[in-house]
Amino acid sequence: MKKMGIVLASTASLLMAGAAYATDVKIGVLNDRSGIYADIAGEGSVIAAQMAVEDFKATDKGINVSIVSADHQNKPDVGSNIARQWYDTENVDVIADVPTSSVALAVNEITKEKNKIFLASGPASSDLTGKACSPNTVHWTYDTWALANGTGSAMVAQGGDSWFFVTADYAFGHALERDTSAVVEASGGKVLGAVRHPFPGQDFSSFLLQAQGSGAKVVGLANAGGDTINAVKQASEFGITQGGQSLAALLMFINDVHALGLEVAQGLVLTSAFYWDRNDQTREFSARFQERNAGQKPSMIEAGVYASVLHYLKAVEAVGNKDATKVMAKMKEMPTEDPLFGKGTIRADGRKLHDMYLFRVKKPDQSKGPWDYFETVATIPADKAFRPLAEGGCPLVK
Amino acid sequence: MFELLGIPPQVLFGQLLLGLINGSFYAVLSLGLAVIFGLLNIINFTHGAQYMLGAFGAWMLLNYLGVGYWWAVFIVPPIVGVTGIVLERVLIRRLYHLDHLYGLLLTFGLALIIVGFFRQFFGVSGLPYPPPPLLTGGYNLGFMYLPNSRAWVIAASLIVCLATWFIIEKTRLGAYLRAATENPTMVGAFGINVPLLVTLTYGFGVALAGFAGVLAAPIYAVNPNMGADLIIVVFAVVVIGGMGSILGSILTGFGLGLIEGLTRVFYPEGSAVVIFVIMALVLLVKPAGLFGRSV
Repeated sequence: MKKMGIVLASTASLLMAGAAYATDVKIGVLNDRSGIYADIAGEGSVIAAQMAVEDFKATDKGINVSIVSADHQNKPDVGSNIARQWYDTENVDVIADVPTSSVALAVNEITKEKNKIFLASGPASSDLTGKACSPNTVHWTYDTWALANGTGSAMVAQGGDSWFFVTADYAFGHALERDTSAVVEASGGKVLGAVRHPFPGQDFSSFLLQAQGSGAKVVGLANAGGDTINAVKQASEFGITQGGQSLAALLMFINDVHALGLEVAQGLVLTSAFYWDRNDQTREFSARFQERNAGQKPSMIEAGVYASVLHYLKAVEAVGNKDATKVMAKMKEMPTEDPLFGKGTIRADGRKLHDMYLFRVKKPDQSKGPWDYFETVATIPADKAFRPLAEGGCPLVK
Repeated sequence: MFELLGIPPQVLFGQLLLGLINGSFYAVLSLGLAVIFGLLNIINFTHGAQYMLGAFGAWMLLNYLGVGYWWAVFIVPPIVGVTGIVLERVLIRRLYHLDHLYGLLLTFGLALIIVGFFRQFFGVSGLPYPPPPLLTGGYNLGFMYLPNSRAWVIAASLIVCLATWFIIEKTRLGAYLRAATENPTMVGAFGINVPLLVTLTYGFGVALAGFAGVLAAPIYAVNPNMGADLIIVVFAVVVIGGMGSILGSILTGFGLGLIEGLTRVFYPEGSAVVIFVIMALVLLVKPAGLFGRSV
């Protein structure tokens, strides 16, 4: 019956478009499914990809989509092996998500080498559209430059003009520290020092004590997921904020706030590309997502997987086949539009542009219940939210 | 003001104290492992999961039954110990006559199952566990701010470690235990129920892991992976101290905490590996560990 539907649908589109035929597309969702990033991406990203395929009504449009998923364990070697196997022997056309920048940079190279498509929603390093940029990659949701620009500028504007970083010791942490330092110094502040902690970490007390001893006004946490949760929890224990220093969680997800509880997380300022309670469309999607994802609201990464897969499918439909070069050209040519990020564009270097938001975590008495966590401080318009094209050093745009 | 290697003394003292606090966790956990290995000859890889169970136990008591932290300190370790006893009775005891490797595989598999189960139900981000009022706040010691929660961790783990050492080395029960390790058949011939002794010892070792878990709940994120990250380090501690040596595991636990603390000041990037470097060196020079007897 389903096959019949496909035949009918493709016949119909054949009649309409003249040249279309059923296209088989295989999407591989590659992320952390068991470690510290499993709640902000993990199975939720697979669900988001499935929802994109369903909402797009892909089969009706002559596109048969299958989705596979795997756990890269936050290790570049594991991620590279899976990516190669997917591309070489399992006919995967697109890899989506891939949080953990070190893994994403590896997948970025492999995708370019094999001429496939990489829809990067999870990773943060701005190098993906900078010196490591690739004609085969779209960096969808956010990056370290956007986070630094949002949270960094806001903290300096509030008077936080001296910084000390507690940084996760791998590609992502380094990129976030570098980009934030640049923003702080450009706004007239100075960076007093930084300490790099092993990834993933558990005990942050030593590093926080060094931050405390530095006398910096702002302690910038250049880490993510479980590391940020532990660091924020322990910063509160060691009286960092009570002592007059401010804490800047440079990358904070709604799931992290949920895990910390508002008592500890209140007042934190964060930059995000997405919040479920922003408008009717985001609320509608998030309610459906929550039902399928064990009661968890979508993180911005999961939202990015949904939107990027949706845009990819639109491009496949428009091109009429899945040729990576043509589809990528189409993705960059067509403006993007989806219920979660609104209207946007994809730049030549692969950077997806949309508004970013500066949020503040609500006080416990302001929150109406679980997941009601953010209040909007500012909207950063798309043309200001991301690093200007000329400054990234991407060889594609020279 | 004098400086030591470019580090002001107050920073150094602060870091040493923090090292001691981390050492407390290493000490309590490696003590449990040492007790279990000493008597059962089982390399208990489930220990990290049992530590996690302790933290989750405290969380569940608070959220499902409204029972606070101080009660949890006393209630949770015995409960976790009982789950250990069930495992020992049903599964682990079947492997005593086999090579160490079988016990290791079984307990490692059990750990994966337990952690996977919790991950499925609670996710990996963790759950908030607010510290009780008595443990919030802290004292300014001049060279650092010491949160009450950390001071309590040092005190509690020192007490537990010393009490365990005392029971095993200085009491009649401890003498039975040590004798049963040496020669179970002979001790059995004197009318002592050796299998029961072994079961209870395993339960006790597991309860120690649960205790460390309760101590960790207000400090670290309560999440299913919390033990997996720690257990490898703790195993290194046990190997350095000498498998099965009670006092050795306590001293090494605190000592390595200190060394790790210092590494975090001088070369933070290396703090995750320093313990393993020491382990390699110790194994080269003294294969039985610092306090172990060569067999």
